[in-house]
Amino acid sequence: MGYRNNVQLTPDKRLKHFLSIEGLPRSILVEILDTAENFAQVGERAIKKVPILRGKTIVNLFFENSTRTRTTFELAAKRLSADVLTMNISTSATSKGESLLDTLNNLEAMQSDMFVVRHASSGAAYFIAKHAPDHISVVNAGDGCHEHPTQAMLDMFTIRRHFADFSKLKIAIVGDLHHSRVARSQIHALTTLGVNEVRVIGPNTLIPNEMSKLGVHLYHDLCKGLRDVDVVIMLRLQKERMDGGFLPSEKEYFQTFGLTEQKLSCAKPNAIVMHPGPINRGVEIASEVANGKQSVILQQVTNGIAVRMAVMSMTMGSHLAAENKS
Amino acid sequence: MKIKIENARVVDPANNVDQMTDLYIADGMIVSLGTGPEGFSADKVIDGKDQIVCPGLVDMRARLREPGFEYKATIASETQAAAASGITTLCSPPDTIPVIDTPAVVELIRHRASAAGFAKIVVVGALTKNLAAKKISEMYALKNAGCVGVGNALKPVADGLLMRRAMEYAASHDLTVFLYAEDAFLRGDGCAHEGQMSVRLGLSGIPEIAETVAVSRELALIELTGVRAHFYGLSTAVSARMIKRAQLEGLPVTADVAISHLYMADIDIGEFDTFYNVRPPFRSQRDREGLRAAVSEHTITAICSDHQPHEEDAKLGTFSDAEPGISCLETLLPLVLRLVDDKLVSLSEAIASITHKPADILGINAGTLGIGEAADVCIFHPQNDWRVTKEKMWSEGKNTPYIGWEFSAKVSYTLLDGRIVYQDRL
Repeated sequence: MGYRNNVQLTPDKRLKHFLSIEGLPRSILVEILDTAENFAQVGERAIKKVPILRGKTIVNLFFENSTRTRTTFELAAKRLSADVLTMNISTSATSKGESLLDTLNNLEAMQSDMFVVRHASSGAAYFIAKHAPDHISVVNAGDGCHEHPTQAMLDMFTIRRHFADFSKLKIAIVGDLHHSRVARSQIHALTTLGVNEVRVIGPNTLIPNEMSKLGVHLYHDLCKGLRDVDVVIMLRLQKERMDGGFLPSEKEYFQTFGLTEQKLSCAKPNAIVMHPGPINRGVEIASEVANGKQSVILQQVTNGIAVRMAVMSMTMGSHLAAENKS
Repeated sequence: MKIKIENARVVDPANNVDQMTDLYIADGMIVSLGTGPEGFSADKVIDGKDQIVCPGLVDMRARLREPGFEYKATIASETQAAAASGITTLCSPPDTIPVIDTPAVVELIRHRASAAGFAKIVVVGALTKNLAAKKISEMYALKNAGCVGVGNALKPVADGLLMRRAMEYAASHDLTVFLYAEDAFLRGDGCAHEGQMSVRLGLSGIPEIAETVAVSRELALIELTGVRAHFYGLSTAVSARMIKRAQLEGLPVTADVAISHLYMADIDIGEFDTFYNVRPPFRSQRDREGLRAAVSEHTITAICSDHQPHEEDAKLGTFSDAEPGISCLETLLPLVLRLVDDKLVSLSEAIASITHKPADILGINAGTLGIGEAADVCIFHPQNDWRVTKEKMWSEGKNTPYIGWEFSAKVSYTLLDGRIVYQDRL
């Protein structure tokens, strides 16, 4: 009963797998941000490569479609000089656990060193980490409605580049919290990093009541929720939520929770606007806000590469440290 | 064969017996308690020193996986596991393939059970044809074939009118209806209790009201139709209270709980441990305490294993993809006896909840050591420490979260109709 040992950390508390923000100490999160800061400079050079993971093989296992996350993971791996293999595996062929495990066994046979996994089921990355051999690191690139930890860390990185001190910040996350793995990771990251206040804003159908136990304040009115906020994080609204089951229509959602310039004026004047992408213009966010001065959406994409380089080098580094010790 | 069990503590709640005595068995029946009948000469004497003798256990609900799911387990394998666990009667729900909606399937199961010879099986017939919840089944034929009642297994009957007709029809044939209370729409695609844990793990939740709304509808229909009804596996404290109120008002309703729901809560899912994927789901710790209270005050009178053996692959996957259920026959008795250690119930109450109470609900002659009754007997050592390991499990299904748990009660003999069907290798 209760919790097992944290599978994400090695016995000497280094990051071995990166599966969820929940359960990680603040020091690891800060280390990721600091490491990413160094890698961000690599991206600004003419030659954008470092030889840290030369000779290592990284397999991107995408059981669910993604363009942005997949390409930034690929770029990050290549900039670390690793060999990268990307596999897009349709979920229909692997809806059963045994084939997930079969896929895994096949890839192990190819002597890879790291799996980057995206899957439609919550807990898929944990499952793979538990069943992979000891020398393999697993990085979660989004599992069901559970977590998307690298996205959250690139968001933290972006916030830190704009505001030095997390402890003074009020941050609002707006939209479909219920189904958002990004939001879960962000909430854990923000509370672990010690922000002043995290608010979640949306209709009751998209915010479970129990969410308050994660240490956030619930708001059901966009303007009230945005008052005095430093950072506004908009979430993507999936099309299938708008068919009347959770929300009556796109139009009504935009009227109530869509971020317009007028609504944004409730937040602090220097507040930044973030979005994990891809954005639905005119649904969760107005074009003039997405393109506006306060938007940092494209910076997030750029920062994603540095943060993913940091996570990959740290998780692979945990094995090197273990090898050096022995 | 004539058997004498001597110097044992005999606990037989059905007959208010709890005493140090000898038990005499002949021709497959209990023939005497205390002093032997005249001229009784035992072919075998079992030394009951330090042991407890009780009626063979009656398990209200156990999936044996046959017919239809022989890759998970078979009647032969699971009845043998039952014998090794002191269980002599098992009740199978109708969700086999083919479904138990014709006398032929009832006959097949009975035949397989008697061929294996380890335990008796009674069955609940299907409430609706093929469990499809479209048309009521041929209940009269099922009753004549020996079904102890009718139910729709884990398939909810969303159509209230159909459920009303099914209950009316069952009542006219004096059949007990076995109900799994779950509103299919409120459950949606949920796989874990809707609460802090499901929100944290991003698992789709099954809200408490998926059960309580269904209990509430069924209670109203029971009142209307006057059918005798039994609620399977309650999971929430609120539904236990609803049943209690209904009982106080005089409705003919009973309820059971799966033993694991008295020990586990949603928090035990930890990091997506699929062994904790069960239906109904493990709920909050408050629900667990509420269910325990309902057992202690006899709102819930029967405790069952809710045995659901699986092949390894069924649990090898993500939490939502895993098949629900626990292989639980072998931990039923020791877990129930732990409730005595926890001071929740007396030893006699604990044994009643897995012997004559479920037998009463099923309407069968079992779970008693009365003179002239079938000699289905369980003998166990209350202080013989053992640990659950995969290797030592008898069931084909090794899907149990109790691996590594330490127990003190261990079955030493099981008798079925006066035959020794299990003997612990001492």
